[in-house]
Amino acid sequence: MIDILVKISFFFMLSSFIIGAVGSLVFMRNNWLANLCGNLFAFAGSAFGIITSAVILITGSVISCSLPTSFTLFTLSLHIDSLSAFFLFIISLISLLCSIYGIGYITHFFNKYNIGTLGFFYNIFIAGMVLVVTANNGLFFLIVWEIMSLASYFLVIYEHKDKENIKAGTLYFVMTHIGTAFIIFAFLLLYKTTGSFDFTIIKDNISGISPFMKNSIFVLTIIGFGTKAGIIPLHTWLPGAHPAAPSHVSALMSGVMIKTGIYMFIRIFLDILPDAPLWWGYTILIIGSISSLLGILYALIEHDIKRLLAYSSIENIGIILLGLGSALVFFSLNMKSFAIMGLIAALYHTLNHSIFKALLFMGAGSVISGTHTRNIEEYGGLIKTMPQTAFLFLIGSMAVSALPPFNGFFSEWLTFQSLFHGIKSFSFFTQLIFIIAAGSLIFTGGLAAACFVKAFGITFLARPRSEAAKHAKESSFTLRIGMASLAVLTLFFGLFAGPVSSMLSRISKSLCVFQDSESAISTQFHAVKLQDDFAIVSMPGILISLVLFITGIVIIIYLLTRNQKIRKGITWDCGTSLTPRMEITDTGFSRSLITIFGGLLKPSRQSDIEYHDANQRYFQKLNIATLGTRHDIYNTYLYKPLQGLVTIIADYVKTIQSGNINGYILYIFIAMMSLLLLFVI
Amino acid sequence: MKLIIICIIQLILVPALSPFFVGIVRKVKARLQNRRGASVFQPYSDIWKLLHKDEVISEDASWIFRYTPYILFSITIIVGASIPLFVTTFTNYFTSDFLVVVYLLALGTFFLALAGLDVGNAFGGFGSSREMTVSALTEAGLVFSILVLALTAHTTNLFSIASHIESLTLHSHAQYVSICLAFIGFIIALLAETGRFPFDNPSTHLELTMIHEAMILEYSGKRLALIEWASANKLLIFISLGSNLFLPWGIANSIDSADIIFSLVLFLLKVTCFCVAIAALESSIAKVRYFRIPDLLLTSFILSVIAIILVI
Repeated sequence: MIDILVKISFFFMLSSFIIGAVGSLVFMRNNWLANLCGNLFAFAGSAFGIITSAVILITGSVISCSLPTSFTLFTLSLHIDSLSAFFLFIISLISLLCSIYGIGYITHFFNKYNIGTLGFFYNIFIAGMVLVVTANNGLFFLIVWEIMSLASYFLVIYEHKDKENIKAGTLYFVMTHIGTAFIIFAFLLLYKTTGSFDFTIIKDNISGISPFMKNSIFVLTIIGFGTKAGIIPLHTWLPGAHPAAPSHVSALMSGVMIKTGIYMFIRIFLDILPDAPLWWGYTILIIGSISSLLGILYALIEHDIKRLLAYSSIENIGIILLGLGSALVFFSLNMKSFAIMGLIAALYHTLNHSIFKALLFMGAGSVISGTHTRNIEEYGGLIKTMPQTAFLFLIGSMAVSALPPFNGFFSEWLTFQSLFHGIKSFSFFTQLIFIIAAGSLIFTGGLAAACFVKAFGITFLARPRSEAAKHAKESSFTLRIGMASLAVLTLFFGLFAGPVSSMLSRISKSLCVFQDSESAISTQFHAVKLQDDFAIVSMPGILISLVLFITGIVIIIYLLTRNQKIRKGITWDCGTSLTPRMEITDTGFSRSLITIFGGLLKPSRQSDIEYHDANQRYFQKLNIATLGTRHDIYNTYLYKPLQGLVTIIADYVKTIQSGNINGYILYIFIAMMSLLLLFVI
Repeated sequence: MKLIIICIIQLILVPALSPFFVGIVRKVKARLQNRRGASVFQPYSDIWKLLHKDEVISEDASWIFRYTPYILFSITIIVGASIPLFVTTFTNYFTSDFLVVVYLLALGTFFLALAGLDVGNAFGGFGSSREMTVSALTEAGLVFSILVLALTAHTTNLFSIASHIESLTLHSHAQYVSICLAFIGFIIALLAETGRFPFDNPSTHLELTMIHEAMILEYSGKRLALIEWASANKLLIFISLGSNLFLPWGIANSIDSADIIFSLVLFLLKVTCFCVAIAALESSIAKVRYFRIPDLLLTSFILSVIAIILVI
């Protein structure tokens, strides 16, 4: 019964996306019709997606169906277990709210860009993501993966009149296909070992896989899916591509699409490949530490609000990987209850990051549609003109800085606890890795708070720094609905940490490696407790005490001082007239941290600066000044050498290019003969 | 009945005593500078006076500026109630995990930094920038130094840590050394978090050096009183953490009246010693240059890392 129901709902979901896609193309002559068609059907599809995933998550059932095609290796097979359903839930939830937001947000593209194509690619993009997390056949997976990547590429270059966007799109296109190449290679290796592309069959037949093969698949997967997830140093496309897309699409890309990489990490390392060796976990922990720390440092430098958020996504992917890495290490050490805890931390942070990052991107989108710039230096004082957006963005900033009582705090707390348990483990080397991971997570937390004080403070507080910011208006109703729902969700998932973690623990236990192990986390009715009373936290307790004490003190102080007058005055101006130039700038705010981490960030230096008011200055010229912009270290140390290597190889290969057609025919002949020989042998 | 009284004492002890200890620090500093100094109860009078003054609020200020003092003060009271002060028996399960305490304090810092930016004067923003820089770098030393104790005690609950360390017989020299190293790391973090020398000068209003004072420059009246009180609370919170986690001897493990009175007196003595030590330290060292602060904070972090390696 449930089986049929879920299948029908899944079918409805896919058809809604397809109708939405085709419909918005059909109506593309009329802006409003195309807009409504694209977004409303995406909304309906997402609602069906939520129903599908909720039913599977609650009943714990596993749904699979497959349609054979005329190719033996390629079947259109779908398999939705709890893990898939969880990711399906995230995708549907975020796209539901993004679609509401989109209805209002898209209006500023009217008569500038084609609304029909936006609706088309938007729907195809969501459908692609949904199929990626449910596909059960390697070849089918690659096709939907490509659909997702291409649709998002077209969304990145949607505002094609801006040359920057085309450039960012091209880089994305190249990087994502390099990633796909590695994924194809990994799947081919899996095929070679097991003789099938079907994930279920692969899983059943893989036990005899050689360690070398297993490790090769691991490395290929890390590179292939890591490119999509945006781990450093494979993230180069991400800070360009995410900001280039329309804001609600950025929210989807940053909040959801990069998580498909995480999904495949979990699927392959914990579900498909057996017996992960210890160094896999180490590798992921190190990658997570680097990504989180460098991601937030780059975010701190950024002046473009959407690029800042994109870098912060890299940081959060790092935090998710810290959870996942500790899960893998514990799994290899056969401490399964702690492995489940690490996995819960990773999954919880995946969910949380989707919610608050979507909220922040939507907030940024509202600000951008009010001021028509992405440069933080030109904002300021928006809390007066856009009070509701400001409030919602503040909630997002607090959640991303892992401040209680919001959801980001709980998942970071849980990640910390898994890392602490790693420090308690037995081998010295493991302890060292975990100390590095925990250290980088602490620094990341502090720097994230600094980064988002900057992002929120410079954008919304003080006085407007430009004319555009002075005349900004509050965003339209649907935009605020989308953001407000997400803000409520950040609080909801923070408050109900207990029930959600027991749900996630059920999802983790549905993976066959954890089938008969207990989770190290137990949930009481309001609190989450770790094994052996190591730690206990009550999120409702924190929220209630905060609310209670703050209201109490406001009331007491009011009663105590109600006779005192409050006078409005101007800000102390040191005797000059107040101008926006007196406020601290974005660059100024992050300057000291940039200087401190100068060794890592390599800020660029400008020599011989001449000032426009040089004749009034005592020092007319300054010889050297440190600027916020940077030379990316991975560009200098990874991509440049790689490019050089490719050029050198190309130079050698050039010699066989004679330009003579007969020569080329000879090459083809040789290639065919050698393939035939290979086949015979 | 007795339990209720203990709960109430636990709740109000920090806000009730914190101005007194600020007074002690000031008094000792004054004596060391050959001044007579104000009475140790002067901070109470200051707060009382400020509460009864009219206020001037900048017209650029938003609700963040208006509500930050309340948020900050409430957080210090919540944290003050959830750390071990004189008893360890009732383990306050809601908020006494040490990560919760650290992040609650970070929440206060977050809002204070925003309030510094809010009015848009030339100093507030720089104060916020410096404060966030220092606090981002301090957190690591703070968390890792307490983590040393948490790993020794096999729990991250502050009350349990205190009672466990109190009954701990040190097995080896390594454990002893590691707790000492963690203590040094914690002291550095304490000085940074509470804005004392050599990180910040709590009694200056000189633009070039100030961090905390720069952020609260625009406050006056009752809001200034709350902020001053909150920073006094924060000082007492950190001193209590230092004295009850690292030197918990004498803390009451039961709710026996004699035990509790003894433990309260001992607590006051320990905190007074801490205050004198801080005052002596402040009088004997100079404030370091701003860009030397990271070195000191990294020292605190690395000492704690060494301590962790020794303890595990």
